Amino acid sequence: MAMGADAARARFRPGDRVRVRAAYPPGHLRTPYYCRGHVGVIERFCGAFANPEELAYNRPGLPAQPLYRVRFKSTELWTDYREDPQDVVEIELYQHWLEDAS
Amino acid sequence: MGGLPAGPVERDEHAYDEWERRVDALMMLLSDKERRLLRVDELRRNIESLGAEAYDRMGYYERWMHAIAQTLIERGVISIDELGRTMAGGGEGGGDGDGR
Amino acid sequence: MNDPAGPGPEDSRGYYRRMQAAVEELLILKGVVTAADVDGEVEAMASRSPARGARMVAHAWVDPDYKARALADASAAAEAIGLEVGPLRLIVVENTPDVHNVIVCTLCSCYPRMLLGIPPEWYKSRAYRSRVVRDPRTVLAEFGTQIPDGVRIRVHDSTADMRYIVLPMRPAGTEGWSEERLAGLVTRDSLIGVERLPDTV
Repeated sequence: MAMGADAARARFRPGDRVRVRAAYPPGHLRTPYYCRGHVGVIERFCGAFANPEELAYNRPGLPAQPLYRVRFKSTELWTDYREDPQDVVEIELYQHWLEDAS
Repeated sequence: MGGLPAGPVERDEHAYDEWERRVDALMMLLSDKERRLLRVDELRRNIESLGAEAYDRMGYYERWMHAIAQTLIERGVISIDELGRTMAGGGEGGGDGDGR
Repeated sequence: MNDPAGPGPEDSRGYYRRMQAAVEELLILKGVVTAADVDGEVEAMASRSPARGARMVAHAWVDPDYKARALADASAAAEAIGLEVGPLRLIVVENTPDVHNVIVCTLCSCYPRMLLGIPPEWYKSRAYRSRVVRDPRTVLAEFGTQIPDGVRIRVHDSTADMRYIVLPMRPAGTEGWSEERLAGLVTRDSLIGVERLPDTV
């Protein structure tokens, strides 16, 4: 885990509402399709890590990107969600995929 | 693939073959701090590049072995030529390529 | 592009087995690994099993301070009871009377291998990875698991660097049990969250 000068500043805190960018670049991505464009809440900050999109091509992936767990209501992810409306899906997402949605 | 439709979960399990366990072991060793000869992210990219048809046709350890070989080739650790020769049993390594 | 399945579908299994042997042979010749290194790693992975996760759960059940530590920093908590997890960044998620947790990696098959060993085949399957985020109770029912009404589900998708185990609720009727006996109740599938331990034993 990288800290200090090689890590981007963490912008979000637990409880912040964020939207996942609805972008569809090619290449190796760790942002599942099913959450793109959707709004969730920061559950916790996990630390900063080298960007896997770059690591996938043997590049350093720096500055390290802050990684967060983001909690989404399942009814937000799927409008036809069939089970308990209180269910959630929690996903680890890198900061560069997240926008402020407060 | 989260959220896409799919069939029932098949729960039967089987013991892995020796070669499959060795694929796993190579992945751990090659990505460790001492060697750093590949990253799991490169392996994932190489698996994702297979495309859906090959992905579904191939077994789990076949995909990982494909990815390990591809990544080592990309990194210049092994060459395509020497890999082909060794697999055929005619390379520097000799032998029939199976077991040791 | 070369067909990655090799010379023909009937021979494809042998193709990758030969590739593994050839790559290993080349790496040994180049001094990158030794056969003993590979043997050792195979053995090390075989020694990792869900029993290690069960030990953490049992210890958390008997020691509330340890449970709090495990919920705050699970990797450190594992190491604290002698479970080497290396670079694994472990998160423990707790089942409660209101919440049931289940773990998946929709993107590939990320799993806390350094703690629990190799994941089950079904965990890596398209069926599990596609459906458990969207229809968790239906998938759990295929494992024979019923989630009571009023219990909500948290599905954890390990998309990045963290890995997860579920801390199941301790069954009633286990008062005074040794940690070893308690650990014996904890199954691999309850650590993944597709199984619930009995309410009472």
